[in-house]
Amino acid sequence: MTKNAINIEIPKEIKGFGKLAPFKGAWKTIEALKNMSKTPAPIHAKTKDHQKLCKNIQTCLDKLDLKDGMTISFHHHFRGGDETVAPIIAELAKRGLKDLTLASSSLTSAHECIVPYLEKGIVTRIWTSGARGKLGKAISEGKLAHPAIFHSHGGRARAIETGKLKIDVAFIAASAADQEGNATGSFGASACGALGYAKMDAEYARQVVVLTDNLVDFPCLPQSISQHNVDYVVPVKRIGDPQKIAGDTTRITTNPMDLKIAELAAKAIDATGTIKENFSMQTGAGGASLAVAKYIKEIMQTREIKGSFVLGGITSTMVDLINQGFFRAAFDVQSFDAAVTGSLYSNPKHVEISATQYANPFNAGCMVNKLDVVILAALEIDTNFNVNVLVGSDGYIRGASGGHSDTSAGANLTVVVAPSIRGRIPIIKEKIACVVTPGSTVDLLVTERGICVNPARPDLIKKLKHSGLPIKNIQDLCQEVENICGKPKLPVFDDKIVALIEYRDGTILDVIKKIK
Amino acid sequence: MKQNKLRRTMLYIPGNNPNMIQNGGVYGADGIMLDLEDAVAISRKKDARILVRNMLQTMDFYGAEITVRINGLQTEFALLDMEAIVPCKPDALRIPKVETMGDIQTADQIISKIEKKHKIPQGTVKIHAMVETALGVENAFQIAQASPRVVVLTIGGQDLTADMGVKKTLNGQEIAYARQRIVMAAKAAKVAALDTIFADVDDEAGLIKETEMIKELGFDGKAVINPRQINLVHTVFTPKAAEIEKATRIVKAFKKAQKDGIGVFAIDGKMIDAPVVARAQRVLDLAGEKK
Repeated sequence: MTKNAINIEIPKEIKGFGKLAPFKGAWKTIEALKNMSKTPAPIHAKTKDHQKLCKNIQTCLDKLDLKDGMTISFHHHFRGGDETVAPIIAELAKRGLKDLTLASSSLTSAHECIVPYLEKGIVTRIWTSGARGKLGKAISEGKLAHPAIFHSHGGRARAIETGKLKIDVAFIAASAADQEGNATGSFGASACGALGYAKMDAEYARQVVVLTDNLVDFPCLPQSISQHNVDYVVPVKRIGDPQKIAGDTTRITTNPMDLKIAELAAKAIDATGTIKENFSMQTGAGGASLAVAKYIKEIMQTREIKGSFVLGGITSTMVDLINQGFFRAAFDVQSFDAAVTGSLYSNPKHVEISATQYANPFNAGCMVNKLDVVILAALEIDTNFNVNVLVGSDGYIRGASGGHSDTSAGANLTVVVAPSIRGRIPIIKEKIACVVTPGSTVDLLVTERGICVNPARPDLIKKLKHSGLPIKNIQDLCQEVENICGKPKLPVFDDKIVALIEYRDGTILDVIKKIK
Repeated sequence: MKQNKLRRTMLYIPGNNPNMIQNGGVYGADGIMLDLEDAVAISRKKDARILVRNMLQTMDFYGAEITVRINGLQTEFALLDMEAIVPCKPDALRIPKVETMGDIQTADQIISKIEKKHKIPQGTVKIHAMVETALGVENAFQIAQASPRVVVLTIGGQDLTADMGVKKTLNGQEIAYARQRIVMAAKAAKVAALDTIFADVDDEAGLIKETEMIKELGFDGKAVINPRQINLVHTVFTPKAAEIEKATRIVKAFKKAQKDGIGVFAIDGKMIDAPVVARAQRVLDLAGEKK
């Protein structure tokens, strides 16, 4: 065991995974990178007469090079409405394949059905940004043979580009595709918007399959996925339910608590001097973090400020902001709302980007580095501003890393918004269940009971001191909330490591242990 | 007299909802009202009473004026409510369905007894008298000056329209007289006047319009049922920049005139006397300026 830069014990090696590099600091690994090359992208050479169009998934699988121990990848743009992962794994299981690595950009409530495959040893490794429900529970209970890897969105792009995550077959669900594999998510009955994560898989997977429920005449335009990377195209009945991408979480909340927190956050952001001409912003989808956009918009309106761009999971609220002229562009790696697909298709200011362009720390210009402010949620935050967005207070995995640590590192101002108490449990604690985002990259915590400034940012402390806002020391706020709720009983874990939390640069931030 | 205290908003919070009580103080309402009456089912009265009592003893409401609406004096719960709540020293009890001077005097006597028993200085717990029947409206002034404990006279629109046998409408024509009567009685008794709730929490424009109207009538504030209504009401009651600027000039000039021994003076060609100065001072109070 060795201690990483945030004083968390990390094993030096994990059987079946190899040596682990402990987290050294948000930028330390990147600063030390020298002469590293991207992994070569596979050759997909085909003769002119190669027929990509398959009758169905079975005939496609017959043509693929499948083997035990291979890595299969998916993208989670359909979030809760995904209907691709389950049938593909079921078909692979039927063929007797085992020891598979499932590398989905994230896993959601739609993927609870894969739990039996974990138990049977068909899926033995998982790379994902998140897991929820029965799947999160199964991983927490140690039902996966090897520790799951939880990565950020930028971290996944980095892992693919560096060859740490090698994909044997990528399955890409597209709401429109032609027979050569040119594909998009921006139109069609199942339009899900941007395919930013799938773009990585298409580029680097050894074999690439596009599944579509809307086969269109050649050429399919626009081309989020380009034919030169695609081996096979499979028409299917349905790829997913776009209505389940986000439900109602992408419109501004009416919850008074979220609105109160959002209003305070907007005032705090304004007090730092961030809201000025040409500033850029990213908010989370739903809850208090999205609601901050409403108050920032009001400030921009009053002072006649025009912003540069909005980034990230793009919601209807963000599209409204570009349509109303508040920002000049929206960069979209993942559309959080089926309603924005029309905008992605037709508005040149609404730009689809890949996960590497979005947040990969190992390239020369990921968009998160251009952010002036990001507003993020949290499940828990400790008094060193470390944030957990992955493990619930009961010790079970029920969340996702997403772009949290990427944007937090990249943005000039990182604001975490959260209620101080959630269901009788304080969210500010001395010790949290796990760390997904290091506190050194978090600047402000905004709760309904007060705003805490990271002492590492004396410049912000100075700016907020006379703002009239309720600024509190994080230890004091932690105590204040504890006085209301008491100290919650912590979940009990045994020593078995069930998951690794990888920082965006590939080092290990934390481990998740098996729940007792 | 507590009339100068800001009472732009009084947030209703059901007395049997610990989560809402716990967060009651964070929304920035000038006052919060923990309700033991209409928001609580008969079968839950005891639970709510105990909960509110305990929350009053432990929670920080971040400086909001704390009132507890007890059950009506004619009910079996009123005395139990007062015995549980008065020792916690809330700023005030809201007495519902007050109809006569006698109702206030009865409440006053009970509160006095409890204060004495618990060695609380007499008069600590004030009364917000809630008028919500036709008889109450007609007796408004007597009610307002029935006890020095009364610091607020307020109107309950829902029960009043029920008592009148009419429907509560958006423009509130049916309670226009009652509103004016309440304001006049409150002003005469030198207590604050608070308006009834606006029930449609999604109708922001409607709330703003009604708040502008009751502000013009002379109300000091309004009851709100959702935290989302707080800022909207505050915005209406918050003086605009030009008003603040003018009020500041008046108060400054008044202070100078006082120093110079001048009683009446002029600003921008208009005569400034004591009532004008008092109004200007009220503008500054509402704007949060120091006197």
